[in-house]
Amino acid sequence: MINDPNYNRRYVIAGIAVLVVLTYIIRLFILQVIDQSTQGKAETNAQLRQTIYPSRGLIYDRNGELLVANQPIYEVTMIVREMQNSAFDTLSFCEKLRITTIEFEERMQNMMNSRKNRGFSRYSPQVFMDQLRQEEVAALQQELYKYAGVDIRCRTLRDYMYPIASHVLGSVGEVNQRDLERNSYYSAGDYSGRDGIERTYEQELRGEKGVKILMRDSRGRIQGPYQEGKLDRDAVTGNDLHLGLDIQTQLLAERLMQGKVGSVVAIEPQTGEVLALVSAPNWDPRTLVGQERSKNYQALLRDAHKPLINRATQAQYAPGSTFKILQALVGLQEGVITTKTQYACNGQTSYPIKCTHDHGSPVDLEEGIEQSCNPYFWAMYKDLLQQDGYSDDNAEFKGHYQTWRDHVMSFGLGKKFEDTDISEQAKGAVPSVVLYDKLYGKRGWKAITIRSLSIGQGEILVTPLQLANQTAAIANKGYYITPHLNRNDSMKLRIHHTSIDAKHFDVVHRGMARVMTEGTGKWYNVPELQICGKTGTVQNPHGEDHALFIGFAPQDNPQIAIAVAVENAGFGSTWACPIATLLMEQYLTGEIKRNWLYDRMVNANLIDKADEE
Amino acid sequence: MRNNRSIISGIDWWTIGLFLVIALFGWLNIYGSSYSFDQTNIWDFSNRAGKQLVWLATAVVMGGIIMMIEEKAYDVLGYIFYGVMILLLIATPIFARDIKGSLSWLTIGPISLQPAEFAKCFTAIAIAKYMSRYGYKVRDLRDLTVPFLLMGVPMLIIMVAQRETGSALVFISFLLAFYRQGMTGYVLSWGVASILLFILVIRFGEMALLFGTGNLGILISTTVIHMIVLGLLIAKEKELHSGIIMALGVVACYGIGLLVNIWIAVNFNYIAIASLAFVAIYLLLQALKQRKSSMGWIVGFVLVSTLLCQGCDFAFHKILQPHQRIRIEVLLGMKDDPHGAGYNVNQSLIAIGSGQTTGKGFLQGTQTKLKFVPEQDTDFIFCTVGEEWGFLGSAGLLLLYLALILRIIYIAERQRDKFSMIYAYCVAGILLFHVTINIGMVLGLLPVIGIPLPFFSYGGSSLWGFTILLAIMLRLDAARVNKMQG
Repeated sequence: MINDPNYNRRYVIAGIAVLVVLTYIIRLFILQVIDQSTQGKAETNAQLRQTIYPSRGLIYDRNGELLVANQPIYEVTMIVREMQNSAFDTLSFCEKLRITTIEFEERMQNMMNSRKNRGFSRYSPQVFMDQLRQEEVAALQQELYKYAGVDIRCRTLRDYMYPIASHVLGSVGEVNQRDLERNSYYSAGDYSGRDGIERTYEQELRGEKGVKILMRDSRGRIQGPYQEGKLDRDAVTGNDLHLGLDIQTQLLAERLMQGKVGSVVAIEPQTGEVLALVSAPNWDPRTLVGQERSKNYQALLRDAHKPLINRATQAQYAPGSTFKILQALVGLQEGVITTKTQYACNGQTSYPIKCTHDHGSPVDLEEGIEQSCNPYFWAMYKDLLQQDGYSDDNAEFKGHYQTWRDHVMSFGLGKKFEDTDISEQAKGAVPSVVLYDKLYGKRGWKAITIRSLSIGQGEILVTPLQLANQTAAIANKGYYITPHLNRNDSMKLRIHHTSIDAKHFDVVHRGMARVMTEGTGKWYNVPELQICGKTGTVQNPHGEDHALFIGFAPQDNPQIAIAVAVENAGFGSTWACPIATLLMEQYLTGEIKRNWLYDRMVNANLIDKADEE
Repeated sequence: MRNNRSIISGIDWWTIGLFLVIALFGWLNIYGSSYSFDQTNIWDFSNRAGKQLVWLATAVVMGGIIMMIEEKAYDVLGYIFYGVMILLLIATPIFARDIKGSLSWLTIGPISLQPAEFAKCFTAIAIAKYMSRYGYKVRDLRDLTVPFLLMGVPMLIIMVAQRETGSALVFISFLLAFYRQGMTGYVLSWGVASILLFILVIRFGEMALLFGTGNLGILISTTVIHMIVLGLLIAKEKELHSGIIMALGVVACYGIGLLVNIWIAVNFNYIAIASLAFVAIYLLLQALKQRKSSMGWIVGFVLVSTLLCQGCDFAFHKILQPHQRIRIEVLLGMKDDPHGAGYNVNQSLIAIGSGQTTGKGFLQGTQTKLKFVPEQDTDFIFCTVGEEWGFLGSAGLLLLYLALILRIIYIAERQRDKFSMIYAYCVAGILLFHVTINIGMVLGLLPVIGIPLPFFSYGGSSLWGFTILLAIMLRLDAARVNKMQG
């Protein structure tokens, strides 16, 4: 080929070949050597990580009574690609699941709609139907091999032994988008505690998910365990939870509260363990399990009585006359009164606060408590705040107010319990100097301005939990252990001392005992229980007064401290006190002897009264 | 009759060696990719690897037989072979069973064959025979009419009647041989340029303009056309003067467009066409005046590429099937669809990438072994190489192919008769095309076009076809040595 004018074209052709190969080698270098991201993709691609769900920890009451267990629930999954590549007998499949072909099509469309089902892939198992019971999948399970790509997975749901304590126990539901973003432990479709102790103790209860890694091909067919199962991990069962709750007391409390709006909190004073915690109205925790959960939850959300609010920890009331116990203690501590101090009472004509009870005059402290004498506590409060008069800028007065406030707050009022496992608390309120300065001007308020505080009205607010805890502190003569649900020793160490010396409590206890023997609680007393109590009727500008009661028993060795609040019920002595004494009777003696009272309380329907508001 | 000893001495052992290394490596990878947990016997002839071994053995025997046949036979019987082959291609769809929409398989007893795989070889012989005629010379495109027909007829049958786009496109590779024989380089440049313009028009077609209305893709590709023309004028034709006038004219067109746009919204597509029309007319006048045919080629380029730009937008949206359109959109990064159209390529990239530098080791690849990659032992076999042998293995295989192709070019250049040389170039072209398209597809650089990797992919037809192709070339080359001795 001499004189070939196209001689050089051999180099062009060879050059093209070199160029192509060079380009590809560079591409390979980027793919294989520089870019490391494909490694992980390959792993997830070929491995089917089967999650093994642990069973959730069980929940017991203080006597080892099982409250919450687990029940198996099934879901049917489907690998669309495999199913569509096979001769899928839709008709018999529907028959086995007892659904119509129309429903089948609907479910398929929903499942394959990547807007509704974000993680949809034709190549991996997708949930076709969930929340099925054993008997609902039994037919399909037997002939599962006939349906390519279909599988049945088992999960566990909560099973409640008693239809009560919904606010305490809370519920378990599917994790939401926020949980997924916050905590990498969860993947979509996982369950977690949504509220109550299920949420507080989620970490302990949930256990640890296990994983079984299987090799699969692109059709999802299992080819065997990955690396002979070396990387598999068993699920770790969740830890059981033992609560301080006494299920019999709780049961009784819920029965007594039926047909009422309000709450009951009972605490064991020595330990701070919550024995019963009721918010009424409530719901059967079984209704928030499984398929019906979201529907029933929506109904609860819409309910006019707002049952989802935990009134025991979130409702705030003025403490009313129950507050006189604290007033007395502060007075004693500050030396404003002694156990012997007497004040005059002019009954209905007393000024500025009249007395609502009929008794002699003058009264001493014990009788003042027994008779819930308003003038006594106003006079004492005035003496406490004005003992040094008002200097130019009310500084002395404000100083004493601040002292009073500190004493009150040392009983756990006006703030949330931080070191507890009870979720969703309200703060309550013990009004500050700053607040009154704002309301009335720096020099615009005096003892007379805030006189309502002396009898527990006005700007002061407490939650039933705070009230019960404060009662426990009174029973303990000066200290409380943060109220808590989990019966575990470390919780008992969370001890808080009030600023009142122990020696001041005896006289107050005597006064509270007299409330039950001679005062407002005498109709419902159980003498052998040595009950100490104080009723309260809280003025409610929106309607009928709220009935309150605090108390503990027995007087010389308190085992139970209770606060009861019944909204729109009227007198505390009529509604709140009997509930409390019945509970004490149940808890301390194990039975109810006063059946007439039990029947009256259970059958009383005050909820309609509340509706009239 | 020359003795066989001299033929053996004339054989190019380098080529044989490369062929064997590639084929055996391919066989190992077929075993690797069809290996499953249930079946571990490498010698089981009922599985893919076992079958491929049979194909390979028979292919070697076939190659041996070809080496014994008188080399003159190919030259003499070239057209008859070609004619029989065309008849076979036409007959195939009539008797073929429909396999995944393709009508290219003939089943004879236990074996299925794809005549299209052999068509390349006989077309190469026919083309070589025609182009090596005494006195034949490629002066302009008219001289290539017959080779174009020889190339186009089987291509058309395979594409239309057998519905095998991939196998049909392979025939384009003969252009390389035509080019070596004197076909103007413009044809190759046009090919490259039209692919480039197509990509530009589609890729930027849906983007908005800063001002006025129009198709950004068309504007960009128009600009590219202007640049190419300007480059050709100045660098190749040494027409600096015409180049400047052309550039000024184009700028003027756009300037007027922008000016009018202040008052009336202008569709800049028309401005682009106007500027191209100006260039075409101006250059045509220059070509006629100076009697320069090469400038006529440039005018042709302008016209064809203008049509292409306007046409491919239309073709893309109106003619292409939705699934083909998606394949292209995914390739150009306009759409992401890991489970749909992009699935194959995406899985293939994951498999290759996971191999990293040294690979996971023979039979250790999870991606290919677990059948994540479709067509894993045929069109996507390169994935297995990438996954199990890593960068070193896959780059090594590419270098083996390069070595083989360069060796064939070397062989082609040392031929003393034109027939052997053209034929060898056809072989080089076919191999280069297959390797480029197949690996480019697997690497996600080219759209998914199903053609096998030579000597490597599973399949008797393709292995036989390529072996025959190569054996004939070796036979012709061996004859050259004999001729020199004789």
